[in-house]
Amino acid sequence: MLAIKNLHATIDQNPILKGIDLEIKAGQVHAIMGPNGSGKSTLAHVISGRDVYDVTQGRIEFMDQDISELSVQDRAAQGIFLSFQYPVEIPGVKNTVFLRAALNAQRKARQEPTLDTPDFLRLVKEKAKQVGLKAELLQRPVNDGFSGGEKKRNEILQLLVLDPKLAILDETDSGLDIDALKTVADGVNTFKGQGKGVLLITHYQRLLDYIKPDVVHVLHNGQIIKSGDFSLAQKLEKNGYGWLGDSIDTPDLSLPTV
Amino acid sequence: MSEPQANQDFIDVTSKEYEYGFVTDIESKSLPPGLDEGTIKKISKIKNEPAFMLEWRLDAFKKWKKMQEPTWARVTYPSIDYQDIVYYSAPKSMEDRPQSLDEVDPELLAMYEKLGIPMRERAALAGVAVDVVFDSVSVATTFKKQLAQAGVIFCSFSEAVQEHPELVQKYLGLVVPKTDNFFSALNSAVFSDGSFVYIPKGVRCPMELSTYFRINEMNTGQFERTLIIADEGSYVSYLEGCTAPMRDENQLHAAVVELVALDDAQIKYSTVQNWYPGNKEGKGGIYNFVTKRGICQGARSKISWTQVETGSAITWKYPSCILKGDDSTGEFYSVAVTNNHQQADTGTKMIHLGARTKSTIISKGVSAGQSQNTYRGLVRVNPKADQARNYSQCDSLLMTDTSGAHTFPRMDIKNNSAHIEHEATTAKIGEEQMFYCQQRGLSEEEAIGMIVNGFCDEVLKELPMEFAVEAKKLLEVSLEGAVG
Repeated sequence: MLAIKNLHATIDQNPILKGIDLEIKAGQVHAIMGPNGSGKSTLAHVISGRDVYDVTQGRIEFMDQDISELSVQDRAAQGIFLSFQYPVEIPGVKNTVFLRAALNAQRKARQEPTLDTPDFLRLVKEKAKQVGLKAELLQRPVNDGFSGGEKKRNEILQLLVLDPKLAILDETDSGLDIDALKTVADGVNTFKGQGKGVLLITHYQRLLDYIKPDVVHVLHNGQIIKSGDFSLAQKLEKNGYGWLGDSIDTPDLSLPTV
Repeated sequence: MSEPQANQDFIDVTSKEYEYGFVTDIESKSLPPGLDEGTIKKISKIKNEPAFMLEWRLDAFKKWKKMQEPTWARVTYPSIDYQDIVYYSAPKSMEDRPQSLDEVDPELLAMYEKLGIPMRERAALAGVAVDVVFDSVSVATTFKKQLAQAGVIFCSFSEAVQEHPELVQKYLGLVVPKTDNFFSALNSAVFSDGSFVYIPKGVRCPMELSTYFRINEMNTGQFERTLIIADEGSYVSYLEGCTAPMRDENQLHAAVVELVALDDAQIKYSTVQNWYPGNKEGKGGIYNFVTKRGICQGARSKISWTQVETGSAITWKYPSCILKGDDSTGEFYSVAVTNNHQQADTGTKMIHLGARTKSTIISKGVSAGQSQNTYRGLVRVNPKADQARNYSQCDSLLMTDTSGAHTFPRMDIKNNSAHIEHEATTAKIGEEQMFYCQQRGLSEEEAIGMIVNGFCDEVLKELPMEFAVEAKKLLEVSLEGAVG
């Protein structure tokens, strides 16, 4: 569903992504790991179309269509969702008002009928329960005064209500206690499956214990330097990134796996 | 649960130009441009006014001639030629004033439909009684009978002068004296019509009262006067809306609004001001120089101003409260949006005279394009105002690097028991916020509408429901292409 070919991107003319190739098939969960500053978040934002980044080379295809020229909201309507590492606060805008406007804007763009208030509220309450978000937070302004965990639960609530095709989760595990992590993982696990793609961006293996990836990639200095199955994540957990070191050309594969 | 219907409405807005810029082709009768004693005598004569009114006008004119146009506001505009303005214009068919709605010129009624005020249906549905002021005269007042049954007087100012001269004489100029300022003096000399409201003792006005102001004729100034008196223990909610056609020339609007609240009375005054703001290059638009002031004359009385200012090339306006009665309350909730080359200098004065008087100021300024947006406020606590309290909050949101937000809050506290709080913030609309909204599927314009409406929420929720929907739409329309 997502095919990224030789993607190069810059911000303020500083190159961040330097030739990314990545293909996610429907039904797959991919994880991207890598140290701070390797370009993980940039990749997530470039796929979403954030225009502070310039794509200088390469292309992004989504559902067999080149989306390089599409606006952020058009990509969203096509089914790309980004769960933010730092969810943004929108003071004065009620959470349900925001989410309903977003859902109906997407539906309109896809020429689907919009949801009326009772149907929408039923949906949102059910999903809120599922992600363990207190009902009162639905009536509060978007993320305003939410704790770190509440913000992440709210992101997953949006994911489940908007029901995209591809979910990109940018460091969704950061700042979560173990209970919150489990609920969030449960939410993602109900989402994934047939026809859905998931791209997990994470520092640590922790989240991957709960959402099992099919493919794990290591991003370093704007390039994917290694890809493998779940065992790669376990290896990184055990040995850190050091063993990948500077030896991009000769990754040491002799280390034992667990 | 009150749910997001309103939100749906404002998101559906697609038309982004000034919608009310049409001119209505109605035969009108106007005085020639120019201003001297003769003009004032003619206006007074046309209106068949009693002698006290003419004297009052002439006295105001004499004083106005000696006054200087104020220059302290943070606005610049070419000097106004007061001899080039038409001071009286009335639709011709109004010469014989209609006795009922059925006699009102159908062209006029059609125009109000266009403005979104079908007097009959909308008024009936919304339960709003509407007075409409077209150029210089009041055209129709709906629901008069129902209001009369409650003892409420709601009529045009001209009619009040004829029918209730004792009330007019007693209260006119009580809150805004003729010589209060240059523009109020001019208004006092030449005002041609406006609205008059009297709520008797203990009466809760059974419906929202509303006035729509409309400038239609070219080179015509509009000088209306509104006087609202809430007698002891009464309550009234009053709404005011305004539009004007698109014209390349600037037009002057200098209104005066006076509110009087006696013991335990409450007045809630809401404005959605959408005068023509001029075009993108800053040509044309209304000069809006307005004096609005209320006095909480009685103990435990309350006056609340809510304004949403999106129109006018220049806005110069400070709806204020004189808190004279002990335990009285003044409130000012304001949203001022400026785009392109608009300039707004607006705020309030809260004058605490009585003991335990309270005031609240919430001001939200949104600046886009090359516009300039200024909050100017005064909180004064006089020596006898023991235990006075004020809370002020002034927030500014900048949409572009080329627009300006300015805050001039003044505190003048002469009593040590006063409790005064002031907060102020300035923020630029965040690229991150925009990206977040757009990633969830909102267009750029929807995202701006959402963020700005959220920013203004504390003020918008003070508006009566039907006005809040209109105001939200207006905010979005006013900020078309505003992010830079």
